[in-house]
Amino acid sequence: MVPVSYYLSLSAVLFTIGVVGVLVKRNPIQVFMCIELMLNAANLTFIALGRFYGTSVGEMYVIFALAVAAAEVSVGLGIIVTIFRTRQSIDLDETALLKS
Amino acid sequence: MPALILFWILAIVCIGAALTMVTAANPVRSALSLVVCFLALAVYYVTLSAQFIGAVQVVVYAGAVMVLFLFVIMLLNLGAPVTSSTKGSNQNTAAVALGAILLLVLFISGIFFEIPGKAVSPATAQAQGTVKAVGLTLYNPHLPWLFPFEATSLLLLVAVVGAIVMTRRQV
Amino acid sequence: MLTGLVAYWDNLRDGIYRLFIFPEYWHGIRLPALVPYVALAGIFAFTLGILPMLIWIERVVIGLMQDRTGPNRLGPRGLLQPPADVLKLFFKEDIQPGSIDVRLYYLAPFISMLVALSAGAVIPLQTVTFRNVHGGLYTVPVTPGNVNIGLLFMLAASSLGVYGIILAGWSSNNKYSLLGGLRASAQIISYELAMGLSLLCVVLLAGSVQLDHIVNAQNTLPFGIHWLPSFLKGSIFSWYWLQSLIVPVVIYTVAMIAETNRAPFDLPEAESELVAGFHTEYTSMKFATFFAGEYVNMLMICGLNASVFWGGWLPPFNCFPFTFIPGFVWYILKVMMGIFFYTWLRATLPRLRYDALMNLGWKRMLPLALVWLFLLAGYSLVRTATAPHITPTAVVTVAHVAPGR
Repeated sequence: MVPVSYYLSLSAVLFTIGVVGVLVKRNPIQVFMCIELMLNAANLTFIALGRFYGTSVGEMYVIFALAVAAAEVSVGLGIIVTIFRTRQSIDLDETALLKS
Repeated sequence: MPALILFWILAIVCIGAALTMVTAANPVRSALSLVVCFLALAVYYVTLSAQFIGAVQVVVYAGAVMVLFLFVIMLLNLGAPVTSSTKGSNQNTAAVALGAILLLVLFISGIFFEIPGKAVSPATAQAQGTVKAVGLTLYNPHLPWLFPFEATSLLLLVAVVGAIVMTRRQV
Repeated sequence: MLTGLVAYWDNLRDGIYRLFIFPEYWHGIRLPALVPYVALAGIFAFTLGILPMLIWIERVVIGLMQDRTGPNRLGPRGLLQPPADVLKLFFKEDIQPGSIDVRLYYLAPFISMLVALSAGAVIPLQTVTFRNVHGGLYTVPVTPGNVNIGLLFMLAASSLGVYGIILAGWSSNNKYSLLGGLRASAQIISYELAMGLSLLCVVLLAGSVQLDHIVNAQNTLPFGIHWLPSFLKGSIFSWYWLQSLIVPVVIYTVAMIAETNRAPFDLPEAESELVAGFHTEYTSMKFATFFAGEYVNMLMICGLNASVFWGGWLPPFNCFPFTFIPGFVWYILKVMMGIFFYTWLRATLPRLRYDALMNLGWKRMLPLALVWLFLLAGYSLVRTATAPHITPTAVVTVAHVAPGR
């Protein structure tokens, strides 16, 4: 049996990759994907801890996380499409409407 | 032992795919590596005896969410890599340094983590991950999951309406 | 007279059935453990073996429907046409267009083939009965993987199939291919919803997502009416196409045609608008792999249709001539009926316009499927209240488990 700390460490690595990606990437779609990766890293933690504590609480949280992520993606991609339609560009540095 | 080998193979696939996603300049390649990462995570869920979540992960993430991503990338013709305006600036270095610190903190908290008490037997865990067990827990009126579940349906409805209103062309 | 004859045949049938009960151990080998491998070999052999024949069947059927002769040059009734086609595809020049994304370009056909084949991993062909050492009998479904997420696995596999098409469209670096890939992704996402909802109707009635449980749940008297004669038990009238009150099977059938990009929903490869859609730039064996992937996908989706709505391995009537034929023959017959239906539609209907396709998916089929799911939920609630003996197993366990927790 693989110990639980392995899963937690793996999820830590994935989460960090997601965080760094959000900070480094300029394309909002790629930033979005990095956020999805962070969510999934958290999901892995929930599932692993649920398995090792022997409860189904972890799985419940993951179900809700999945549903919320699906809603978030539909709205987020809608925002990106709208920004592209109005500005013909989606570079995050150029999209600073609230600043000007 | 086979479980450990499987864990390491999947870990390499998962982390490799995640790194490819971050480093790829091309959004389509990023999206595909993320799909590979999600599929590896689905296999992890199955090995952690959460079969239902594993299947839902494939259906929702790999089957719907990432297809939507690819659709938007292709619709807006973002296939060409975006030339970064901050290339060579300090932002990337700072991000990687901060990421390293975060990784260290998370690692320290994760790697020494041990669960007290006796290990849960695989049979018990297996029974908990089936569709039936998940459904019985989710819809049990004596457990606190039923109301959040129904609230989630409202959230999804709002998201659908919001997405349609936002992307509708002005007539 | 008639009842005597029926009883005679029933006795004979039971005698023959007894021949097909296997012992659990044979020369020290545990036979039930071999069943998944047999099923895997059977599904692979059947799927890959029937592929060339499917193309022949399609041509002959379309020829008949359009009052033509169809293939008739090579061999008797043109039966050697498929091998000749395969040979031709093998020896065609393999062209690699310039300015493509080489890795993804070569990966795409294999993804579409691999994902389509992987759906076969949970299909139950029939059941076999074993006798354990104490003389007790138990049945095992003949399926490679008897998992509790069978239906979800099929849905996952069918939704992953779109990646092959999207990748082909994108990596070819051709605007027709890209448009084909775009259309495919939009179409498959849209129709997956209606498909999932129509399958949920059946899950509601069967109380399980395990495919062999769903088939077994159809092995009852129609609508649980207990005074009907026994030859109707598990008959064509008790399968879920009728028990779910017909609408789900119609929705599923339309959605499955859209999911596999076949006429009249073949917009991703519409030859009058997009040359050949997503596989414009593919030649020789790469094209053949796409082609084969599409047919394997059709077989798998029809297989799901057959086991969920049309009773899987159950014979159409539970009496003499039908029950002698083994279950997998019925199953394959049902799958082939699905393939015939595909061909029929292709010969009959013109291609839909793109907005008409989206209208049908989102504004007609999705609301209808939702409403029907609610109606069926009410119906099964009433049925549970009035006739508890016919409720699915899962529902009964809820009643036992819930108060204790």
